[in-house]
Amino acid sequence: MEHHPSERPGEINIMVAGAAGQGMQTIGAVLGKFFVRQGNQVFAVQDNQSRIRGGHNTFQLRAADHPVRAVSMPLEVLIALNQESVDRHIGEVASWGVIVHDSDKTRVPDEGPAGLGLPLETLAVEAGGNRIYANSVALGAVLALLDWDVAGMEAFLEEYYAAKAGMAAANARAARLGYERARDQAGRYGGPRIRPRNAKPRMFVSGHEAVALGALAAGCRFMSAYPMSPSTSIISFLAEQAEDFGLVAEQAEDEIAAVNMAIGAAWAGVRSLTATSGGGFSLMVEGLGLAGITETPLVIVEAQRPGPSTGIATKTEQPDLLFVLHASQDEFPRIILAPGTAREAFEAAIRAFDLADQYQTPVIILTDQFLADSYFTEERFDVSALWIDRHLITSEEAEALREYKRYRITDSGISPRALPSSYGFTVGADSHEHDEYAHISENIENRVAMMDKRFRKMEGAAREQAPPTVFGPETADLCLVGWGSTYGALEEAVEMLNREGHSVMGLHLGVLWPFPGDHLARILAGAKRWAVVEANYSGQLARLIRTELMRQPEAAILKYTGRPFTGIEIADRVRKGVLER
Amino acid sequence: MTVKASDYDNEFPVTWCPGCGNFAILQALKQALAELDLRPDQVVLVSGIGQAGKLPHYMRCNFFNGLHGRAIPLATAVRIANTGLPVIVVGGDGDLFGEGGNHFTHALRRNVNLTVLSHNNQVFGLTKGQASPTAEVGLSARLQPRGVILHPFNPLAAAVIGEAALVARGFAGESGHLVGLIKRAVRTDGFALVDVLQPCVSFDRKHTFQWYRDRIYNLDESGHDPRDFAAAIARSREWDQQVPIGVFFENPDRPSYEQATPVLRGEPLVDRKPDPGRVQKLIDSFL
Repeated sequence: MEHHPSERPGEINIMVAGAAGQGMQTIGAVLGKFFVRQGNQVFAVQDNQSRIRGGHNTFQLRAADHPVRAVSMPLEVLIALNQESVDRHIGEVASWGVIVHDSDKTRVPDEGPAGLGLPLETLAVEAGGNRIYANSVALGAVLALLDWDVAGMEAFLEEYYAAKAGMAAANARAARLGYERARDQAGRYGGPRIRPRNAKPRMFVSGHEAVALGALAAGCRFMSAYPMSPSTSIISFLAEQAEDFGLVAEQAEDEIAAVNMAIGAAWAGVRSLTATSGGGFSLMVEGLGLAGITETPLVIVEAQRPGPSTGIATKTEQPDLLFVLHASQDEFPRIILAPGTAREAFEAAIRAFDLADQYQTPVIILTDQFLADSYFTEERFDVSALWIDRHLITSEEAEALREYKRYRITDSGISPRALPSSYGFTVGADSHEHDEYAHISENIENRVAMMDKRFRKMEGAAREQAPPTVFGPETADLCLVGWGSTYGALEEAVEMLNREGHSVMGLHLGVLWPFPGDHLARILAGAKRWAVVEANYSGQLARLIRTELMRQPEAAILKYTGRPFTGIEIADRVRKGVLER
Repeated sequence: MTVKASDYDNEFPVTWCPGCGNFAILQALKQALAELDLRPDQVVLVSGIGQAGKLPHYMRCNFFNGLHGRAIPLATAVRIANTGLPVIVVGGDGDLFGEGGNHFTHALRRNVNLTVLSHNNQVFGLTKGQASPTAEVGLSARLQPRGVILHPFNPLAAAVIGEAALVARGFAGESGHLVGLIKRAVRTDGFALVDVLQPCVSFDRKHTFQWYRDRIYNLDESGHDPRDFAAAIARSREWDQQVPIGVFFENPDRPSYEQATPVLRGEPLVDRKPDPGRVQKLIDSFL
């Protein structure tokens, strides 16, 4: 379906495509951050094949004068770093768009979107760099297309590469060469433009960078993980920061060790994190139960990808909601958060550590490849008012104790937590069902009392839960319900459908467990019909709502292609599958 | 000496078989910790599942009785989080070398300051008499009625190959000697294995206390040089005719994980406070 440029005023969609190793990630990050510095808002998503070099990779940016939280098609600009990129993506370029490519190496067909050919690599070498600097030449060409001055980009590149002597000046020169050589062809672009704007400084930050920043803000001092895409970016980030923040980031021998380490460090008293994807989480399941029965605060990030088994390492999906909800033999309290933006990811990490300490139970943050690797434009995260409560017993309380019972039966279900060696008494923890002193117990009355105690914690967690996010009108003909990383696309679809005159509201669940049933029932009462939007095969949220509220959705808009939803796509499917049915 | 072994006593009923070698190991551990002048709240015991894994319940101490096979990684991080605490892992041969074999291997690579007390009796006790990874070829067991055909895992040789900080073997029937080994292991900065020959009175009719008494000899009195890697390997392979106990190998020059990790120099992680100013500075680098 062809869209008209006026459908998306005030934004442009750019894709950088090429082989792994050609530096798409860098050029994308530079362009994204540059646009944000110039007062625009950018959303960017990476799509990589599982290769170190040679696979086909893309970095897609949407830059706008308004908030954007999802990518959009078609493209205004395709920067194609090889012929495969032209051939694969030409169909995604709008008729008013332009393909920036290397005229020495690639050809763009005469039919279809215009080509803007420059000898990118030759100019890169001319600028004093190597072939990789073709990226900066292309950046200059994009600025010429948009009719911006190149001086801002030159200054930005000087700053961006400031730490790497020589690279800064050569990249800036490359950008200028690209800009000057592209100017006479710039008229081929007939689409919308964005302009530099005055705005307060905003962050350009990925979902997993935000999780890691949240962990640091929460005072996390230990992370153990076994590398697994797309979760690895969190421990990579923290390993870089280890010395500055007094943190140990340990690469474990497997996910079983990773989760047991995280539990050990948490029990000994530091805030502690592990992260993995679905396959690694499968190995962590016994450890999850260990954290549950020992009532040890544990934060796990489960970065979802398509499965089962190895599945697709580099693609996105939301297939593990019911898995993380039910994982482990028997039952214990757990909390599941599902952030939808970088800001939510940052806040979810901080909240996860607080909830884990408060309720002494595991907290799972569900992300996915799309959220993990996508870049968001966010208002500055401010930690000046952040107050950290470890929810431990105080020295006054410790002194007043006649004897310490780690698992004392209490009304709230929360037992007094002291760290080993902190107050002169001993502290135990046991994976068996245990008595109040943490000793093995097969006594049935004790068993029942302990189960009831642990589950009373969940009642408190449910009561203190903030309501989910609602957007669009408060009452509507249709409510679209999503969770986690579909937030941005869902919000955009709701806006589009209402603009067209439909009556649609949106509901984003950032907390999945304890199940926000009361909130959900109240919000759904405002809609005549409702449907779920989820990136999995069977509609796992729909199944959960069915179980918890005994309500049946009108439709389930599902996707398991490994690619994220876009707002346009959701709107199309809602029109065809729900509104016009 | 202000701490007594009896300070470690508790009231919790012991469920080991009468005559089990574990009783002697428990008593030796209490004695060693008392002689090191450590109070019960100043040490942490970490265990998995098995008869040996119950040991922390039978003495007053900080303890984490975790999952089968997973005591070592859990203990590793307890130690990293609080470098002020001596951390001791107790487990059986099935727990440490079967279910937990991978972790044992990587603990040797890490060289975190841990003492691992392995109760080595060649059989599974809790699940009633199957062969353990250390069972010798031919040993008749519940699931190996015609005798074990798998070659035994040799934890001492593996630890020497891994160049652990300390590799030693004790015998449950020589408790005075065992007390000395445990003390030395706890004092060692790095990964210390104390493998303890511990006759199972219920499921192994062959390796009785008497079988061991007839064969053991003390390495410390035999002229063995514990810094001699090749000699340590050779001694670790002795069995049947004579069974050495004592220190096989020591490696004081290898830096422990704690020494090799700059972040861990200084006060324990658990005592450090958050630094919001530093976090804000990092956040602002994303602007």
